[in-house]
Amino acid sequence: MSATKKRFEVVGKGRRRVDGRAKALGQLRFADDLVLPRMLHCKLLRSPHPHAVIEQILTARAAKHPGVHLVLTGKDFPIPFGIMPVSLDEYALAPERVRYVGDPLAAVVAKDEQTAAEALELIEVKFRVLPTISSPQEALQNPEPRIHDYGEQGNIHRNQAYEFGDVEEALAGSDHVFEDIFFFEGNTHLAMEQQASLASVEGDGKLLLSTSTQNPHYLHRQLSRVLQMPASHIRVIATPNGGAFGGKCDPANHEIVVAKAALVLGRPVKICLTREEVFYQHRGRHPVMMKFRTGVTKDGKLTAMHLQTLLDGGGYGSHGPASTFYTGVLTPVTYELPRFKFEACRTFTNKPPCGPKRGHGTPQPRFGQEVQLDKIAEKLKLDPAELRLGMVTKPDSLTASWLRIGSTGLAECIRQVVARSEWKSRYKKLPFGRGLGLACSAYMCGAGVSIYWNKMPHSAVQLLLDRSGQVTVYCGATEIGQGSDDVLATIIAEVFGIDTGLVRCVTGDTGITPVDLGSYSSRVTIMMGNAAMQAAEKLRAQIAEAAAEQLETLPSRLLFSQGKVFLPENSSKSLSFREAVEFAEAKFGTLGSVGSYSPPKAPGKYKGAGVGPSPAYSFSACVVETEVDPKTGWITVPKIWIAHDIGRALNPVLARGQVIGGVYMGLGEALMEEQVFRRLPPKLSSALVHRIPSLLEYKSLTALDMPEVDVALIEDPDPNCPFGAKEAGQGPLLPVMPAVANAIFDAVGVRIDEIPITPDKVLRALELKNSGKNPRVGPEHFPAVPYPKPIFVLPPSEGGDGNALKSAEGRPQRKKVAA
Amino acid sequence: MAAVPDRIHLTYLVNGERAPVSFAPYKTLLEVLREDLNLTGTKHGCELGECGACAVLIDGEPQLSCLVLGVECEGKRIETVEGLARGTELHPLQAAFADCGGSQCGYCTPGMLMTAKALLDRNPDVSREQIREAISGNLCRCTGYQQIVDAIESAAAEMREAHK
Repeated sequence: MSATKKRFEVVGKGRRRVDGRAKALGQLRFADDLVLPRMLHCKLLRSPHPHAVIEQILTARAAKHPGVHLVLTGKDFPIPFGIMPVSLDEYALAPERVRYVGDPLAAVVAKDEQTAAEALELIEVKFRVLPTISSPQEALQNPEPRIHDYGEQGNIHRNQAYEFGDVEEALAGSDHVFEDIFFFEGNTHLAMEQQASLASVEGDGKLLLSTSTQNPHYLHRQLSRVLQMPASHIRVIATPNGGAFGGKCDPANHEIVVAKAALVLGRPVKICLTREEVFYQHRGRHPVMMKFRTGVTKDGKLTAMHLQTLLDGGGYGSHGPASTFYTGVLTPVTYELPRFKFEACRTFTNKPPCGPKRGHGTPQPRFGQEVQLDKIAEKLKLDPAELRLGMVTKPDSLTASWLRIGSTGLAECIRQVVARSEWKSRYKKLPFGRGLGLACSAYMCGAGVSIYWNKMPHSAVQLLLDRSGQVTVYCGATEIGQGSDDVLATIIAEVFGIDTGLVRCVTGDTGITPVDLGSYSSRVTIMMGNAAMQAAEKLRAQIAEAAAEQLETLPSRLLFSQGKVFLPENSSKSLSFREAVEFAEAKFGTLGSVGSYSPPKAPGKYKGAGVGPSPAYSFSACVVETEVDPKTGWITVPKIWIAHDIGRALNPVLARGQVIGGVYMGLGEALMEEQVFRRLPPKLSSALVHRIPSLLEYKSLTALDMPEVDVALIEDPDPNCPFGAKEAGQGPLLPVMPAVANAIFDAVGVRIDEIPITPDKVLRALELKNSGKNPRVGPEHFPAVPYPKPIFVLPPSEGGDGNALKSAEGRPQRKKVAA
Repeated sequence: MAAVPDRIHLTYLVNGERAPVSFAPYKTLLEVLREDLNLTGTKHGCELGECGACAVLIDGEPQLSCLVLGVECEGKRIETVEGLARGTELHPLQAAFADCGGSQCGYCTPGMLMTAKALLDRNPDVSREQIREAISGNLCRCTGYQQIVDAIESAAAEMREAHK
């Protein structure tokens, strides 16, 4: 540090976000707002069948339709793509086979959307319909027909098993073993902005794609692959996303199609998906069946857990390999769990592909885990809050699975929501029909490894200053509404002691910004933020040196504050920030600096240890209050309390907004959101179709459904994070669903072990209760899944070194268990 | 059947200015505003009248421009988000949305602003409940609505102050 430390002036102050004005003016240009001269419009032909072979496509009539410029089919895209190198299983347009209703197989480019839509009707396709695989159970039972000719076996895409310590031994030695099965239905992101893309060939002959993507860098790589062009001839601009939530992470068919069309025609080509198409593009929450076997001591400490998950992946790989891991790997982060076994299987089905949605794979097991804890507390007659407080993970510890927990504010989160909701005087004490439920969670602040293996930084920032006093910062990170640009400006402004208004952010443009991997896995604040700190501190050192020379003092004595560079003890020794920059430019030449960030190496060394490690984890605790009408099953949520361990809130207005927004989305998932399918009647082909591909039918919470949310931001700065700031975008969603389920139990004494929790399920459970049966609605059986033999890793506490044991002989002898 | 013309010509009054425009007769007002008048501030989210992203004021009333045909609006007074600010000075609602966290991604913002404007133009003395009721047809997936309600409440207070 070259300059004197000071109190924060920007960090921690509630401020208008840097892009707030443009948004309020409606001036921000989203992808579909872009227009270019000579622009043409593209529409996609999508499969009406969930599973079929394309025997013939005749496009001549469409091509001759007046106003049509180009028709593309699968033969124009011989090279497959996919977000993950192990799942390159998609084609921009399906060449031989369609795998879900909505799978695109042809494209028309025409003078306007209407003409393109008319021409789609003129494309003649001969399909040979194949049997449909509609669920993971069917996928397991029917290895044929295979939806893909790769994967583990039959229709299993991914299948994996890990065991950290001898779990059966620990379960056998536990006072109680709880066994529960849960189901979490799939749901979708429903970003307000429908995906749109505009491709053009620039004056220099290079391709430009402006598109609503969260991950321009990964898209850039995939475009280069599919179009067989050097990446240096392609520029991807991530336009501000009108919401994304994970739904704009995958490179998408339509993006590749318009890029190709622009290259063929030499004219700009735009596409905007209809809302119905957005439901088919999907990549949303995987439906997951889960089975937990959890051992506890009589005083409520966990001894071991055996978790099994089964994922409904849909028609393509997408982020599936990562999603499969995430249905287990973050389970041991919240509470001390000495031994952990985790088996997970993802199947292909003939439905729109599932992928990452806010919380990526983790909300599902978190729901099961936290509802099971409620059942454990009930059985052991312990307060659910006390039970959890007694076993939160310790700071600077390692989990059984070798994840390093850094700082944790979970205990304080629990204490806060308990106090604010008056838990102690109200839990179990409210009249029948009203209840409180509590749940917690933990989440990553950025994935520890990149999606493709490489040794380069995960985020890079470039800074440019000049004599005008203007600060321009370049970074590949993408503004998806979460406030990534504001985080960038805040960090730079704090280091320089200036207002965020002086910082111009140029972001998400592979043509001019250094690489950042993208807006996913809650990585931006930590990774981009650390890179920005590094770049800004380098330049501040130069400015301080030049200013110190002028002010005849030492650089280390200068303070950068309120737009000035000065000696705190002598007010006459002061320069404006702009003057100081001028002197620095004179002394050093053009002023610029770079910063980059790579996450710390993961402590685990076994194969698969790369999924789950993060530079820091955020923690959340939530209390939900419910009112349940026993006559109708109708659920009302009057209030939610949430405490989130954010490390430090860089801009509390935005941080609170992220937290409340996460709670909102979690509550929608808990009560109503579901991406579900039905079969058409036999006379209409029996096809498996989306039940509700419209905003009218896919239910989400309105302003009238949404309760007031009480937010406590717990600030205990994490040393790995910029100014101590952790993530806020995903973590606060996760505890909401289980807290709702637990609150319903407190209200009316029934267990709904599946999401969403709808009035019909509550009524069914109440009927069971009234007839003296087990008052529970949820899955009864967990399917037989052919999981592989687990990779066995000794936990740190049992003398492991982070490697998998090579053979069974290496496993420690089982201790004799007292009967 | 009479032939449908390729394009029709008519004039609206948009944000206080006469706006002659020519467009294909099947177009919705939303499409005419965005594509033929280049007023892309108004957004689309569903094409079904369910999300409120396309809300504009027609003769002072909030309407979903995706459900109104362009041909129906001849001579009508249309207000869009582009007409809210006075020069470079933000409307109190716009300033409050920016300051209170009422916009995250910003995509629902124009529709929210126009709906809120109609509410406050009628009566700036509103409760949080009335605000929630008024915007219940406008979906937002980012904010959970709380900071939007905060913003409208804060703008209402400022507008009441200005009327005194």
